[in-house]
Amino acid sequence: MKRLTGLFIVTLAACIALPASVFAKPVTIYWWHAMRSARGEVVAKMIEGFNASQSDYKVVGTFKGNYDETMNAGVAAFRAKKQPHILQVFEVGTQTMMLSGAVYPVYQLMADAGYDIDWSRYLQAVLSYYMNADGNLMSMPFNSSTPIMYYNVDAFEKAGIAPLSKTEPVTWDELGQITKKIVDAGITPAGMVTAWQSWTQIENYSAIHNLAFASKANGYEGLDTQLEINNPKVVGHISRLKSWAEDNRFMYGGQKYQGPKAEFIAQNAAIYIDSISGIAKLKKAVKDFKWDAAPLPVEADMPAPQNSIIGGASLWVLNGHTKEEYKGVAAFLKYLAGNEMQEFWHKETGYFPITIDAYESLKAKGYYDANPLQEVGINQLNRAIPTKISRGLRLGYFVQIRNIINEELEQVWNGKKSPQEALDTAVNRSNDQLRTFEKTYK
Amino acid sequence: MRPFFAMIKRSHFKSRSLPYLLILPQAVVTLTFFYWPAIQGMIQSFLLSDPFGRKSRFVWFYNYIELFSDPLYLKSILITFVFSLATAAVSISLGLFIAAMANRALRATALVRTMLIWPYAVAPAISGIMWLFLLHPSYGIVAIGVKNWLGVDWNPVLYGSDAMVMIVMASAWKEVSYNFVFFMAGMQAIPKSLIEAAAIDGAGPFRRFWTITVPLLSPTFFFLMVMNIIYAFFETFGIIHTVTQGGPGGSTNTLVYKVYQDGFVGLNLGSSSAQSVVLMLLIILITFLQFRFVEKKVQYSG
Repeated sequence: MKRLTGLFIVTLAACIALPASVFAKPVTIYWWHAMRSARGEVVAKMIEGFNASQSDYKVVGTFKGNYDETMNAGVAAFRAKKQPHILQVFEVGTQTMMLSGAVYPVYQLMADAGYDIDWSRYLQAVLSYYMNADGNLMSMPFNSSTPIMYYNVDAFEKAGIAPLSKTEPVTWDELGQITKKIVDAGITPAGMVTAWQSWTQIENYSAIHNLAFASKANGYEGLDTQLEINNPKVVGHISRLKSWAEDNRFMYGGQKYQGPKAEFIAQNAAIYIDSISGIAKLKKAVKDFKWDAAPLPVEADMPAPQNSIIGGASLWVLNGHTKEEYKGVAAFLKYLAGNEMQEFWHKETGYFPITIDAYESLKAKGYYDANPLQEVGINQLNRAIPTKISRGLRLGYFVQIRNIINEELEQVWNGKKSPQEALDTAVNRSNDQLRTFEKTYK
Repeated sequence: MRPFFAMIKRSHFKSRSLPYLLILPQAVVTLTFFYWPAIQGMIQSFLLSDPFGRKSRFVWFYNYIELFSDPLYLKSILITFVFSLATAAVSISLGLFIAAMANRALRATALVRTMLIWPYAVAPAISGIMWLFLLHPSYGIVAIGVKNWLGVDWNPVLYGSDAMVMIVMASAWKEVSYNFVFFMAGMQAIPKSLIEAAAIDGAGPFRRFWTITVPLLSPTFFFLMVMNIIYAFFETFGIIHTVTQGGPGGSTNTLVYKVYQDGFVGLNLGSSSAQSVVLMLLIILITFLQFRFVEKKVQYSG
């Protein structure tokens, strides 16, 4: 009898001691993202893989619309105290998220969950965009891209120009001669088009040439930052593009990518600057000519150009959930950063892998020999250690600032303002926005 | 106001509370969905607050001062007026023209009318995309034709006036069918005897149209003018978003689109609330002016 009682107690104790997960439902983790169609399917597969790999946590991904809709959904949910655990936010929302007080910094989350992550094994140009001033990672980079230069190989051949290097950038002066040859010979009506003009021609131009976009280390070191894009170099660059526009070496095709891309595909322009996500789009759409990609041009007086900066979005962990749930979030982020997922993500979508390990593993497997286009952007990102100026931009009301820059540049292209005038106005108007932002968070 | 009004027999409810009970549902809906958000917006316009709602400070008229010290905001008001008047003028005149034609249709009248009403069912964003496919300088079929055959330097991506023409066309096109329906109904209501009498007196079709149809349609005109301007002010945002994004150089940045850009995308709640309040005041003013000055010229009965 005594033995039976003893057995009973042991069994009972065992039942209590067993991890709750054996009986309980897995902990659900919600992830709101902005990835639809093909990218959405890749995201769904990644989630499926995580859910199948363990039984403690279950991640549920929800598509919430495009970037601004997703961010708004997150904001509204947070106000209603119904926020998801993970929210994907575009790069221009970084400052707002960082100051929101609504986030659990990723470096802290990973440390609290007991993961010892060697952040130096990540692509620094990607990480630095989402670090705070102390160099701690605030959000997990997810989809990152950078602009590169596409060109029409057939048009180059007809003009007798050798194909460009995939690692060594041409200078802007050389590009001027190339476009002149092509346009003068009447091979394509225009020389070059560019998508996302603020991102490619001002933000990235500044980073590559180590020119401050804004004071206080581009806003990383204080809200009292001011734009500095009316410096002689940037003004000179915009003036050059304007003078190219006069003899058709440059053609303005719109703020986004659709117009410029259409001009490149229709062979109205031989050179097209856009994000690396253009690779997949051009592969699909271009049938009647050969094209290739090269790094963005640099100025002749810049023998060692800096890294370009990224665009895209990162994953923010929101406050207000239980410890148990955060463990799951950490496990999921760790899983996403693993080699297998990073390689899969990079191959399927063209976005950068975020770790050096994933990049090297792909390289060892010969992926870049088969897909040399994919390496152009990575090389451009990795060619230098990011400086305080080239690591990224940390500005409040960045959406408004980009709109302002677009508006002012358009007035240069249609001849209403001189480059100096337009950039001066852009700086003044943007500073007003920055001051309002600063006032809000004081 | 009108003399016959006093002669109408008034009926009374026996119970005093019943009428209030009857208007209660409508009052609740109006208060929760119209007044409450409007008041919230007004309060927000005096605040600077972070989108997550953790920080908020009262700043008096800061948002308004910022707004009106921005020359582009004043320009945006002007752009909105130009755009609204152009859209209303184009859609009302086309609607009237088509209705006058369709009213004379002899065969398949029902089919013709149904077909003409169709565009109204198209969502603004879709309408915008369709016009973009026609008029975009890089891939628009009509734009390429105009450039190649007529030699016109059409480029709405670069020139503000071209972009304005494009969004006016896209916005007016959708509204033509709406106007058509009302003009059609208005014309059907005009007694045939009047037109026949005029015809016997020797008035031609144009004379009959100008001296009989148009004056008798004046209530419809007035109604459509109010509706079209409100439409152009508030509902064309989808078209602008898909076609020009307010560009080039802010030349199609209407007030509503700016509210969306600053508030929804840019998350500057204070400024966008202030803009909404300005918009609300403007539309109240316009509607008041319309009723005050234009309605006087309207003939409500034959």
